[in-house]
Amino acid sequence: MAEPAISFQGVTRRYPQKGGSDVVALHDIWLDVPQGAITGIIGRSGAGKSTLLRMVNGLERPSSGKVIVNDHDVGAATGTALRRVRREVGMIFQHFNLLASRTVSENIALPLEIAGVDAAKIAPRAAELTERVGLTAQANRYPAELSGGQKQRVGIARALATGPRVLLSDEATSALDPDTTRQVLELLQAINRDLGLTILLITHEMAVVRDICSHVAVIEAGRIVETGETYDVFSKPAHATTRSFLTGVTGVAVPQFVAGQMREAPQGADAQAVVQITFIGAHATDPMLARLTAERGVGVNILAGAIEEIGARPFGSLIVGLPAARLDESQAFLEEHGLLTEVLGYVG
Amino acid sequence: MSANLIPILWEATLQTLYMVAMSTLLGTLIGGPLGVFLATSRRGELLSAPWLNTVLGLVVNAARSTPFIILVVAIIPFTRMIAGTSIGTTAAIVPLTIAAAPFIARLIETAIREVDAGLIEAARAMGATPGQIVRKVLIPEAMPGIILGLTLAVVSLIGYSAMVGAVGGEGLGDLGIRYGYQRFMPEVMLAVVVILIVLVQLVQSCGEWIASRFDKRAPRNRGQ
Repeated sequence: MAEPAISFQGVTRRYPQKGGSDVVALHDIWLDVPQGAITGIIGRSGAGKSTLLRMVNGLERPSSGKVIVNDHDVGAATGTALRRVRREVGMIFQHFNLLASRTVSENIALPLEIAGVDAAKIAPRAAELTERVGLTAQANRYPAELSGGQKQRVGIARALATGPRVLLSDEATSALDPDTTRQVLELLQAINRDLGLTILLITHEMAVVRDICSHVAVIEAGRIVETGETYDVFSKPAHATTRSFLTGVTGVAVPQFVAGQMREAPQGADAQAVVQITFIGAHATDPMLARLTAERGVGVNILAGAIEEIGARPFGSLIVGLPAARLDESQAFLEEHGLLTEVLGYVG
Repeated sequence: MSANLIPILWEATLQTLYMVAMSTLLGTLIGGPLGVFLATSRRGELLSAPWLNTVLGLVVNAARSTPFIILVVAIIPFTRMIAGTSIGTTAAIVPLTIAAAPFIARLIETAIREVDAGLIEAARAMGATPGQIVRKVLIPEAMPGIILGLTLAVVSLIGYSAMVGAVGGEGLGDLGIRYGYQRFMPEVMLAVVVILIVLVQLVQSCGEWIASRFDKRAPRNRGQ
């Protein structure tokens, strides 16, 4: 495997409290962020994801452990060395953090001015970036005159100005509406593809991970509880936190009229089991339920379902009712054919 | 009002403008950097120097809590050292500057503290030095507030400048007291007050206009 772009090696962050025990924000984090990929860190607020992200450009420092970015030990860098590393790492923010006193192109020029780029080279570079994010017509406007999506485009162009190898995204779409979110995510994807830029983003929205991240790490109370390729984590979530994030993102929830009468155990001979079936990989498009009915004579009652794409691979999720009496047999049949099943409850 | 009073009023107005302009200029030269430092040097801030911040903060508070008229008298030896004399319009600039500098420092500190911390974080993430953050982010972003603060300082100094007559400073305030009060010429008093009102109004309007030129925060309808 290629060298990771970012490597967290046993990173712990403690905040000393006056007269009490320390608050541990991050606990022994080991995580490799692959080169050229989009990796998402998902967690609730206060889980430590923001602290983790800020270690990559030295805005936060580990209490112990190492953070290696492009072969530099960021946690140990100070002064000029740290500022040099920071110029190789771009960052975008939830609230954009644009200078109100500067126009679009002047905002994009700021990191170039800071890096001491020759004044004659700044204007053409800013113009090129403005065009890259589709804001040429707005180049001389001030942030107050832009929409949220346009502001974030300026943020992205600014983050790319010094030609970084890594882009950090701090909840970049959390303040945007769904349409704008999609456009900004598409832009990030295009940048990742065209420039081969490694993107590390934090979010509390599983939809963002689903839409653009090839890899994901789930963080809970300062610990990484699950990590891997997005498709694998989505299809076989191992941790309760991951599952709760997935609810409502991967397709389906039990319809209200069923959820209202669900029980923990079957009652009566004609009780139905409510089962969630997940279709992954090669089997996502197989007509397995039709075969269950045709080959085993089990009637399947479809309650809810969806098939979507995660990392360009099909991912299906169905909630069905099966006769409780034939549950074990049906589950065995489906699992045998590579589907995942989970009994959610019983009705009737 | 007799015609021979007009040159006297004119001269007094120029003296007031001279004192206010010089003390604003010198007060900003001292108070500006001091304000920037106070705004950025608490523990964990950009230029973190908590002890120096505390000490300078105490000095600024002490200077600001001394009534101006007492300050004028108390620093007479210092004024004589700087200006060569303790009497006259130029000498009055010394106490006015000493009163202006801490006031301007606090106004500029407040304006700079209004700048969103997210902008400082963004600049740090770009690899900016503390000096670059002050020059390229904090001061330009705080500029509308700084201009309004300086406007307030100028208006206050116009008021203070009326008190320096007590130690032989001249200007409008001194004229109003000597002619209007001591020589029972109420029309002079009235003229002085009117001129002061006009001056303050002009300063306030100009300050607000300049501040609005710097303020890009409000959306403006420029058409497409």
